[in-house]
Amino acid sequence: MYSQGLTDAKGQEEPADLLAEFQAKIDREEKIEPRDWMPAAYRKTLIRQMSQHAHSEIVGQLPEGNWITRAPTLNRKMILLAKVQDEAGHGLYIYSATETLGVSRDQLTDELLTGKAKYSSIFNYPTPSWADMGAIGWLVDGAAIMNQVPLCRASYGPYARSMVRICKEESFHQRQGYEIMTVLARGSQAQKDMAQRALNRTWWPSLMMFGPSDKDSKHSEQSMKWKIKRFSNDDLRQKFIDATVPQAEHLGLTIPDPDLKWNEETGHYDHGEIDFNELFQVIKGNGPCNKERLQARINAHESGAWVREAAAVFQQLQSEKNKSEAA
Amino acid sequence: MTNSIDNKALYAYLLRLADSSLTMGQRLAEWCGHGPYLEEDVALTNVSLDMIGHANIFYQMAAELSDEAQTADELAFLRDAHQYRNPIITELPKGDFAFTMMKQYFMDTFNFFLYEGLSQSSHEPLALAAQKALMEVKYHLKRSETWLERLSLSTEEASKRIQKALDDLWFYTPELFETDATMNKLFQQGVIGDYGELKKKWDSHVQAHMNHCELNLPETGWVATGGLEGEHSEHLGYMLAEMQFLQRAYPNSQW
Repeated sequence: MYSQGLTDAKGQEEPADLLAEFQAKIDREEKIEPRDWMPAAYRKTLIRQMSQHAHSEIVGQLPEGNWITRAPTLNRKMILLAKVQDEAGHGLYIYSATETLGVSRDQLTDELLTGKAKYSSIFNYPTPSWADMGAIGWLVDGAAIMNQVPLCRASYGPYARSMVRICKEESFHQRQGYEIMTVLARGSQAQKDMAQRALNRTWWPSLMMFGPSDKDSKHSEQSMKWKIKRFSNDDLRQKFIDATVPQAEHLGLTIPDPDLKWNEETGHYDHGEIDFNELFQVIKGNGPCNKERLQARINAHESGAWVREAAAVFQQLQSEKNKSEAA
Repeated sequence: MTNSIDNKALYAYLLRLADSSLTMGQRLAEWCGHGPYLEEDVALTNVSLDMIGHANIFYQMAAELSDEAQTADELAFLRDAHQYRNPIITELPKGDFAFTMMKQYFMDTFNFFLYEGLSQSSHEPLALAAQKALMEVKYHLKRSETWLERLSLSTEEASKRIQKALDDLWFYTPELFETDATMNKLFQQGVIGDYGELKKKWDSHVQAHMNHCELNLPETGWVATGGLEGEHSEHLGYMLAEMQFLQRAYPNSQW
């Protein structure tokens, strides 16, 4: 029964006994490790999801990197540097975890740079003001935590383990973002306005980070069964909204949704309609910064080619030298 | 002990240290997200973070000595270019990876011997700050030294680029060892080491490594000078305009 619709990389049906054993292991909450048998579709799904996640960390350096040289105090500059450095580090762990599935980082990078692979749509929005550093930490990292905490229990061992460490760091990031917003919200009128505008810009795109609504989410059902995913997009989104609204109220900022209101019956906030057309447009490449972000990565890759080549050649020469010395 | 130290001289010297570290860190930070590969993105920002951390410590020490109630942030964000005391090399645009690494190597070697000397300072807070910075600079130097080797002794393109970086940067290095009357005073008080000795150590280390890397020192060029008196290149003004933007546009705000 598990084999329905599941074929291996060559299009052959996966062996039913292996599939059954695989699913039973997942159901027992045991981790799948790199050397274990796994259906080709599980591997493919993980490669897609994990590499998208890694790419997001890498491209995600850009909108915040944009403010490192302009951070308003030495302390803010150091915090932001450390944070963006963490993001690059997350990219590294997740690429490494993805490599355990039999792909190389070079392949994955190539897929990013040729536009074949996706990354989180949120990083295709601009960060025109300092308050965007606050809004990103608070909302974008906040949304990422909602998505990623359940991934600490993902069925694939290397992914789950990398996520444990990442979530710890993300939680710092979220708090530092909220702290930036707190200082701005308690500051001058100009700073309050700056914070409000950043919230206006970031609110809807951060809700879109949870993906399409459940009825349109094409990967969800299978991923739930494989325990790569534990909660539906809409459930996580609702959880995020419920957690964030009181935080905005505490700051004295207004969430840009006139339909947002507490619903006594459901015990949740009702919210206005999300323009998923915008999300699909951004995913397709038609967001405000898609071209710039990708071009920045392409430029870094291309202008660094000679450095990578030099490092590789040097290493080769060294190992030849060591061999001849040993001989 | 501290009372006998000339506070004005120490203040000016701390700004020299802090401004050098901050401008270096600021340039390195420009690499964030644009490094040749991911490990380098992490490493470049890590070194940048260390250098800004050093700047922060030195600014704080300077602020404590100041007659006016100044903060470290005011020193970094509210002084104009002519009040900055870094040597010109640290404010130069980041250039390509070879330029960045050559500059880093010169500064790491300089900082290594500088902080080694300052670790013995008669002014205890400075000695402690130098000891802390030295631990980090050891790693910076190891890294930039190795990169120079990799770039010099590998491909033709890399060796051309690193040689060009050396040609372009070499005559900015004598300025690192310039001293003025206030520094001489601090030297006599045992607060700072002998810059003549520092230069000897630097020269011998750098010469040996250049030989090892088969790089040739250029023979002639414009010899940079002026940073100590606040005479800078055109680049510093732009760096400060960017760095100080928020503090200037929204004065007297908390961040």
